Amino acid sequence: MSGHSTYEPKTGFTRWLDARLPILRLGHDSFVDYPTPRNLNYWWTFGGILSLCLAVQIVTGIVLAMHYTPSAAAAFTSVEHIMRDVNYGWLLRYMHANGASMFFIAVYIHMLRGVYYGSYKAPREVLWILGCVIYLLMMATAFMGYVLPWGQMSFHGAVVITSLFSAFPVVGEAITTLLWGAFAVDEPTLKRFFSLHYLLPFMIAGVVILHVWALHVVGQNNPTGVDPKSKADTLPFTPYATVKDAFGMSVFLILFATLVFYMPDALGHADNYVPANPLVTPAHIVPEWYFLPFYAILRALPDKLMGVLAMFGAIACIFALPWLDTSKVKSMRYRPQARAYFLIFLVVCIILGFCGAKLPSDQVIPGLVTVPVFGDDLNSFVWLSRLATAYYFAYFLVVMPLLGLTEKPLPVPETISSPVLGDADKKD
Amino acid sequence: MLRKVTLLAAALVLIGGPALASSKVKEPQDIAFSFEGPFGTFDQAQLQRGYKIYREVCSACHSMNLLAFRNLGDRGGPFYDPAYSPAHGKTSNDNPVVKALAAEAQVADIDPETGDAIKRPGTPADRFPAPFANDAAARASNGGALPPDLSLMAKAREGGPEYIASLLQGYLTPPAGLIVPAGQHYNASFPGGVSAGWDEKKQGHPPEGGLIAMAPPLADDKVSFDDGTKSTVRQQAQDVAAFLMWAAEPKLEERKQMGLSVMIFLILFSGLLYASYRRVWRHESH
Repeated sequence: MSGHSTYEPKTGFTRWLDARLPILRLGHDSFVDYPTPRNLNYWWTFGGILSLCLAVQIVTGIVLAMHYTPSAAAAFTSVEHIMRDVNYGWLLRYMHANGASMFFIAVYIHMLRGVYYGSYKAPREVLWILGCVIYLLMMATAFMGYVLPWGQMSFHGAVVITSLFSAFPVVGEAITTLLWGAFAVDEPTLKRFFSLHYLLPFMIAGVVILHVWALHVVGQNNPTGVDPKSKADTLPFTPYATVKDAFGMSVFLILFATLVFYMPDALGHADNYVPANPLVTPAHIVPEWYFLPFYAILRALPDKLMGVLAMFGAIACIFALPWLDTSKVKSMRYRPQARAYFLIFLVVCIILGFCGAKLPSDQVIPGLVTVPVFGDDLNSFVWLSRLATAYYFAYFLVVMPLLGLTEKPLPVPETISSPVLGDADKKD
Repeated sequence: MLRKVTLLAAALVLIGGPALASSKVKEPQDIAFSFEGPFGTFDQAQLQRGYKIYREVCSACHSMNLLAFRNLGDRGGPFYDPAYSPAHGKTSNDNPVVKALAAEAQVADIDPETGDAIKRPGTPADRFPAPFANDAAARASNGGALPPDLSLMAKAREGGPEYIASLLQGYLTPPAGLIVPAGQHYNASFPGGVSAGWDEKKQGHPPEGGLIAMAPPLADDKVSFDDGTKSTVRQQAQDVAAFLMWAAEPKLEERKQMGLSVMIFLILFSGLLYASYRRVWRHESH
């Protein structure tokens, strides 16, 4: 897509600069003249929204770090100092904490949009994998950030998650000791998590640059999945995409502000307002909502190592998606069967999220006692998560490869503009 | 090593096996607090009554380490007076009510001349003094139980202020068959469970609530209210719960007030952006 540059420096200074460092040309070609498919819908505004999220997290985080003390003795009170005594500290902290949730809402929508419209297919495999790397870094950053307030859920969440690595044979113990910097979650753990929590967002920013670079090489996918063929198929990024993205961001910010100003603790846990105490374990340790589906997969398997492998496998499937899907047609708009499986997948992910928040032994239908299978009653969240986990993996490992070979897709338009300009397709 | 094994075991139990189901409690009362809703603000008279209950009852055992006397005079606080705000070139440190309340307390300090540990009257800059020198002393005086710090209590429990108000009124007559051990009290709203005094195998499903070390702290007319409000247990429970909510979230009013401006701005801004979007795209089908 990165064709001939149309940038023309207008003033003496910009001509001088362009001959030395064509940075304005880069900006012009990337964000002004860059051709975008004309049929992009609102699901495509989440890329811009995500860069906004990253910027908000980095800016609020840098200021929070000026007031935060990464020590087991002072972390909790320093967060309360931010909440009570730092000017607008409450705003910064609530923006940062809820910003993490908003970031994940946006990234999940962005990823699911990619799955639905086949945005991972050739030639966008590297673009997709870079996105997966960003997601992985986001998970690590969010997990370590949640530990920093050193509340009960911070501490015991850190214990549970870091202990997972001990499941690996031979190297497991060494990995956990390295993560902890000690023989338990303690002062050194908090200090290294703080350091890494500050580092990783800049790594994310770096991979975002690669992600955008790859995007500008291959061009954006679009709801038809048909690549632009002529000028009629595209519009310049500015003003067309900029104004639409800006509107999307603004609506997203309304939701963000609702959380920050009116329900700032709705997505948190009451236990995290209790200072960390290694000797008292909370009755119910749950991770933040965005990890719940993976937490459910982890607990679905009876063996710890198998659970850990399944959890990492669930993420690995997302990475391998470009090679798991055999369909020649990109967009599910023309794949009715794939669309049905995708919708089930969506529901299954939400079910997994619910299962992750419940105790495995809790009954799904209250009061109903059925037959125990492998030691657990069938009417329990552990069995529901097992079924959902089975579908999760089947979707990637069975449905994706086989459906592409067997399904009969609907006719795909020749060009983007033929259905758009002809107004033939008003389905989505 | 033992600690490591315990932690790993705890992690394993939580991951692999079924965890302990938490016991049922009495549904918390639904109280229409003044600070609820998008425009909610604290009721200053209620906060003042709540502070009095804290001073006269709660503070005998519970610390509030995150609070300083000056906070009482901060915007939204129990003794806020606009005359002592930055708008008038003053702060809550200058508020005479706050100064008087602080001076009532004796706070620990070091004599700068001799280096001796002394007690002196408090100033607005001082934190609320803790009732015990350390956790061990607090346990020793409370039958082994540690009275938790109340600074964040209204955010640190599911149900928040409504849970607190329910707990304070939850000291019902113990259900028949429940053995309440010495130093414990039955409370229908406490989620701790009654396993210490109830044999589930013999007696069947346990009653709701739990056994709590805290004796019933409130009683009718235990605290006399200066504003003439009738001092019932229910009133006291709600007032102190409101006070604890303020203590846990002192910037609540500021937050909601700013939220309103932000929402108005964002909604107008979104409207403008949508109009711009429609205008920019008016000749382009998509």
